[in-house]
Amino acid sequence: MGGMGRAMTEAFVPGTLAGTALACVRGERLLFRGLGFVLEPGGALVLTGPNGSGKSSLLRLLAGLLPAAAGVLAWNTRPVDEDREAQRARLLYLGHQEGLKPTLTVGEMLDLHARLRGHAADPAGALGALGALGIGALLDVPGRLLSAGQRRRVGLARLLVCPAPLWLLDEPTVGLDEAGLAAFRAIAAAHRRAGGAIVAATHADLGLAGAESLAPADFAPDWSADGAALDAMLGAVA
Amino acid sequence: MTAASLAFRAVLARDLRLGLRHGSDIAMVVSFFVLAAVLFPFGVGPEANLLTRISAGVVWVTALLAAMLSLDRLFQADYEDGSLDQLALSPAPLAVIVLAKAAAHWLTTGLPLIVVAPALGLMLRLDPAGFVPLVLAMLIGTPSLSLFGAIGAALTLGARRGGALVALLVLPLVLPVLIFGVGAVEAAVTGLGPRPHLLILGALLAAALPLAPLAAAVALRQALESA
Repeated sequence: MGGMGRAMTEAFVPGTLAGTALACVRGERLLFRGLGFVLEPGGALVLTGPNGSGKSSLLRLLAGLLPAAAGVLAWNTRPVDEDREAQRARLLYLGHQEGLKPTLTVGEMLDLHARLRGHAADPAGALGALGALGIGALLDVPGRLLSAGQRRRVGLARLLVCPAPLWLLDEPTVGLDEAGLAAFRAIAAAHRRAGGAIVAATHADLGLAGAESLAPADFAPDWSADGAALDAMLGAVA
Repeated sequence: MTAASLAFRAVLARDLRLGLRHGSDIAMVVSFFVLAAVLFPFGVGPEANLLTRISAGVVWVTALLAAMLSLDRLFQADYEDGSLDQLALSPAPLAVIVLAKAAAHWLTTGLPLIVVAPALGLMLRLDPAGFVPLVLAMLIGTPSLSLFGAIGAALTLGARRGGALVALLVLPLVLPVLIFGVGAVEAAVTGLGPRPHLLILGALLAAALPLAPLAAAVALRQALESA
């Protein structure tokens, strides 16, 4: 629990996320290997590539939901495996699904999110976060009445309720209209100005200025290599 | 307040709220309990002596089966709508969150069963000396069902026909709870005193309380890896 207290006070301390020689295996399939990147404070990394090339898997790997088959992920040069709880406190993840409950109101869900991350409930903060996404009126609306775009905006509002320096976003703008896209760009820019970093998987143009791009498909194993080399590589991964 | 206790209370409050707003889940578990117990007098005949002899066992077995009914939903809904990712990414240990979910499960299924159990005992002509031990044994024993159940629910996450699988996994694990739960009532009725049985139920709970959430948390992380 002592570690947790420390993690809380470090809630927003920008840092550098670096991956070295990362490999990912899903099922029996090697998605990528030898993948590396460095993400500085204020930076943005856009994951691109065809469906199934490993963008979402890389995001889940960065979030710690999926173990790396090989390689090291480090925050400020320290491997994140050394203190998983501190790493979880540093990151916010928005997956394909927002995790909204049909019978809970938007306000209740933001409140739960804050307390799950060790913050006290903050109604004014929740309202401010919803306002930044243009959905301040949805505070008391239950999840079952939200449209797909509204659900996405609530998911994005969660990023603002309790700040964390690393955002991991899986298709953050799917279903958003023009105004939603503009709101996303505004909160992303503010996050980066404060020293936060963003990794986002996308097929659309997110409008993240100066973002670097990374395609997991470029690190896919070369299946035309001869069988012996392939076996050696898989052996090394396993 | 530490982050872990904050997360525990947040998840407990959330699951209680969800449970009460979907009141039909609780109603279904309780109705199953009542209906299954009501079947026995029809099945074995209304002879008072026979019913008195089997009443404690019938109440316990049907309570066990009723608790199994609701177990497969323990993590499944959160798994399907993505909120399990958010729970797993909380800085609080996942075992604490599992403990909160198991506590909410007990409050929304175990506790209603205990409230109804004496009425079923009356219907099944339970010996008057058996009522207090029955309620005490269920109070100490049913939390273990929710805790062991959490392991089974976590292990079967993402599996097809998870519900039947949960029962197959969990029922053998909770046999001791059934044996000593019924034993407590039998001992009280025969004048031996239910205390040793209640103490063993307490020991089972004391072991399950820290160990089951840890095991379930490992199983959940495993399930998320293949999500």
